[in-house]
Amino acid sequence: MTVTTDRLRGTTPVRAAQAARPGPPRRRSLTRRRSAIAGLVFLLPTFVVFGYFAWWPIIQSAALAFQQTDLVTAPEWVGWNNFEVLFSDPLLPRAAVNTLWFTVLSLAIGLPVPLVCAVLISELRRGGTVARVLAYLPVVIPPVVSVLLWKVFFNPGESGVVNSLLGLVGIDPLPWLQSPGTAMPSLVIVATWSGAGTAILIYLAALTGVSTELYEAAELDGASVWQRIVHITLPQMRGVILVLLLLQIIGAIQVFTEPYVMTDGGPANATVTILLMIYRYAFLFGNYGVATALSLLLAVVLIIVSAVYLRLTRSWSTR
Amino acid sequence: MTATTDTRPSRAAAQPRERGILSPFDWRRPRILVGWRAMHIVLLIGLVALGAVPLLWMLRAAISSTTDLLQHPLSLVPSPAKWENIPDAWNLLSIGQYLGNTVVLVGGSWIVQLLVSATAGFALAVIRPWYGRIVYGAILLTLFVPGTVTLIALYLTVLDLPLLHLSLTDTPWAVWLPAGANAFTILLVKQFFEDIPRDLFEAAQLDGAGWFTIFWRIVLPMSRPILAVVSLLSIMTAWKEFLWPLIVLTDPEKQPLAVALPRLAQATDPAYLIAGLLIASIPPILIFLIFQRSIVKGIGFTGLKG
Repeated sequence: MTVTTDRLRGTTPVRAAQAARPGPPRRRSLTRRRSAIAGLVFLLPTFVVFGYFAWWPIIQSAALAFQQTDLVTAPEWVGWNNFEVLFSDPLLPRAAVNTLWFTVLSLAIGLPVPLVCAVLISELRRGGTVARVLAYLPVVIPPVVSVLLWKVFFNPGESGVVNSLLGLVGIDPLPWLQSPGTAMPSLVIVATWSGAGTAILIYLAALTGVSTELYEAAELDGASVWQRIVHITLPQMRGVILVLLLLQIIGAIQVFTEPYVMTDGGPANATVTILLMIYRYAFLFGNYGVATALSLLLAVVLIIVSAVYLRLTRSWSTR
Repeated sequence: MTATTDTRPSRAAAQPRERGILSPFDWRRPRILVGWRAMHIVLLIGLVALGAVPLLWMLRAAISSTTDLLQHPLSLVPSPAKWENIPDAWNLLSIGQYLGNTVVLVGGSWIVQLLVSATAGFALAVIRPWYGRIVYGAILLTLFVPGTVTLIALYLTVLDLPLLHLSLTDTPWAVWLPAGANAFTILLVKQFFEDIPRDLFEAAQLDGAGWFTIFWRIVLPMSRPILAVVSLLSIMTAWKEFLWPLIVLTDPEKQPLAVALPRLAQATDPAYLIAGLLIASIPPILIFLIFQRSIVKGIGFTGLKG
């Protein structure tokens, strides 16, 4: 007995040092139980808040999609009925196409523009802070404010701000939010305006992480600036770009404030998005079951998009 | 090109960051100097035009007459400056009340988020109970479920809390409590707490300190930087919140400015509406300009992990 404790004592500092980082050091059962109780006390706010407002709604969502709920009578199981209602709604394909169109358009601007801006800002020798502040200012404005402000900018006719600007370069006034063809691009402009700043700052942070030695070496080898960007900067930032792109896709699919406040889905349903449909089903028609069924479908789409995306990008990065 | 490389270190030493994609040597080549200067000028013009001018325009429009707005849409100077627009809009649209509601909602969400993330971070990173990993996993799981997907279920929960059978709608709690269910801030705080040397806690325990003393006297005072980041993040997001308060606060008396503005927009003089927009933007802009350094840094390092 004494021998073993001696031996234990002898090894403890080494063991402790080994165990210090990854796992907690071995403890006796009393402290184990004490820390279990203390942990519960400290986790109490988390359990209340997450239990009620995160975990329970997730579980409940799965059930609600198969129920009919009108808040008065007890919910009733209706099987796939909610989904049938949904799929017979002629607006659903329209909303899906609109949402896809919004996503494609916002990526077409939202991916390259922040990247180019970030590279340019990172090479500024003076005024970098001012540039960062200016780039992020639109993000700070509450989305509702920027949407209402742009609604004023997009006023049709010659007195609108955007149209007056176009008039300066000799372009005729566009109807912007009033015409099905231009309404969605207008929303994309607003969404990009109020979101690009975050992407720029994230890219800027990633750019400072690219080792200057790589540039140094490439330059010694005679690589031009463009070659350095293509062969060093972009590959080094690939991880960040790919993650941000996925987040942008997921965010764009869930667009709500812009179509709700700016166009309310119009004109001629040109800007009805999936989330607007969910909102209408629930809070206009009081059909919570169908609304949840649509959210569930949205979740499935998001999961598939993420899985496919991760799969594709993994095969690219191992190429 | 290689012949002049020896001059580089001495010049680089003067720069805060030695070099980016371009080296000091590149900057002395006329083609690059002219090309990149031109691109930088375009960039700065673009940033000013898109970052600052819309806000200046908002300021100008807020103190203009409607006819002036229609006649000179591009001007940044109001031809008769109608400063009385702002107090008029304030009274007419009862902006004071809505702004007060916003402040109450933002303040409460901030406190709830600080409380939840600090206690959860402490339990998971410092106390480390045996079930900590399971709880942490369950918290992280919520990061992967977008808020809009569980929106309806969350609304029905708030309408009738399970077990308690309370309705939180039209009370600030409906906004405060769900704001606390933010896995991201817990993740940030936990990561920070894990970097505090454990010797400190063990020493304190030997001196007879309980977990609460360690939390209050050691961990919290050491965590000001991360608590500041969490505070800024939660205040800025809470101020931007729209969809959720729109759903749970149907009583106009209790709505925040962001929810009230679109409703007011439908029947208001444009100049008054823009005055309202201006008032709603000033607090977040001020917070941003004051804490600009830590916010910019915070987004750089938090954005990647999200």
